[in-house]
Amino acid sequence: MAEQAPLICRDIHKTFDQLEVLKGISLETRKGDVVSLIGSSGSGKSTFLRCINMLETPTSGDIIVHGDPIRFTKNRKGERIPADNKQVELIRAKLSMVFQSFNLWSHMTVLENIIEAPVNVLKVPKKEAIERAEAYLNKVGIYERKDYYPAQMSGGQQQRAAIARALAMEPEVMLFDEPTSALDPELVGEVLKVMQSLAEEGRTMIVVTHEMAFARDVSNQVLFLHQGVIEEQGTPDKVFDHPDSERMKQFLAPNF
Amino acid sequence: MLDLKGYGPALLEGAVVTIELAFLSLALAVTLGLIGASAKLSNSRAAKWTATAYTTLIRGVPDLVMMLLFYYGGQVVVNMISDYVWEAYEIDFFFQFDPFISGVITIGLIFGAYMTETFRGAFLAVESGQIEAARAYGFTRWHTFRRIMFPQMLRHALPGVGNNWQVLLKTTALVSIIGLTDMVRVAEEAAKAERMPFHFFIPVAFVYLTLTAASELFIKWLNKRANVGVVQEG
Repeated sequence: MAEQAPLICRDIHKTFDQLEVLKGISLETRKGDVVSLIGSSGSGKSTFLRCINMLETPTSGDIIVHGDPIRFTKNRKGERIPADNKQVELIRAKLSMVFQSFNLWSHMTVLENIIEAPVNVLKVPKKEAIERAEAYLNKVGIYERKDYYPAQMSGGQQQRAAIARALAMEPEVMLFDEPTSALDPELVGEVLKVMQSLAEEGRTMIVVTHEMAFARDVSNQVLFLHQGVIEEQGTPDKVFDHPDSERMKQFLAPNF
Repeated sequence: MLDLKGYGPALLEGAVVTIELAFLSLALAVTLGLIGASAKLSNSRAAKWTATAYTTLIRGVPDLVMMLLFYYGGQVVVNMISDYVWEAYEIDFFFQFDPFISGVITIGLIFGAYMTETFRGAFLAVESGQIEAARAYGFTRWHTFRRIMFPQMLRHALPGVGNNWQVLLKTTALVSIIGLTDMVRVAEEAAKAERMPFHFFIPVAFVYLTLTAASELFIKWLNKRANVGVVQEG
């Protein structure tokens, strides 16, 4: 039997009040895939990412994480809600997220940030969690900052700490929501370098990004979203060099 | 040396009553404040309505009126329950609604309403990204509250809680009116009997001042602890 797909999304729709933000997005990943979601602001790429780990509940469509489909029900108003919060928590623990504004817990040191979820959600023994955390801090190159508080570090260091926090969950899929958009230009490189090394290790990653160089060079699948639909999809080579869609061509064309 | 004309031990006992009253009322007020704030921020319309009715009512009625109402009214209610229980089940149930209990309940209820507003504001001040990160990592609601919401909310709540506490401590003096022998009551009796108001009320004022000054230091220390990891501006 073929290896279980880490994540399958089928025909995801999301409507806020009257506004339909996602109009049927599907995505299938294999282990080790690096998927870049690109598109202009308001195209729905971040909303789609947030639907994957149920920070937003999709209005319709299926999400299947490692063979386990998220179960839904309806509330009294007829809105779709998850049927089992426990299941959602378990699935979220398999999909760790890296946020645009880092969202490290500001009252905890870097090390405490990293062991919090493994110890309390995955029930890893504390000693083991600390060893794991230190290994990942080494990997992202900020081991010596482990006892700092987030506010005492630069944006790039904070984002690397947030990546270590995501890694410590040993997730099926890592979700990145514009991980470099809040950084000063000179700090972008250090974060992208860490992400590239993760891609090379064969981690499954879904990255919402405006960094076209990253999408082109590191990912093996690119989705171009426009007004809630996938306009163009395929290998970076296909999407960037031989796009079919007019919009994709416009998106790439430098217009000063 | 200050000569308290034999009232020294009674004043000291009164001071202990004041402190006990203040701490028990604070515990009740904080509990009610957390419940009230959670109710106001919940999605349940009934909970929101109840909490709003509570804070509006309490904040709109003078403390003294409320105290008299609870003390005299409270006993009437206990008596009614007692009669009913005896007639229906022949169980002898009764307790005296003494000034201390009514004091704790009244002050707790009053300051619970102020704490509700303090905590509500503090919960709203917690950055949404902090909560979102907790949810994204599979935290349960309770775990999110205990490990992320609560400690971060405290940073914003402590100055207000400290303020409320100081006012609460001084409000305990009102309980002497319904006959509790706290420090103020003892001083009042002594001052009348000896015709020496300054002699007795000034030491009492100093005890309050000492208590509030000490709490100010304690709150400063708590604040420092709660704000660990925050880079102070300026």
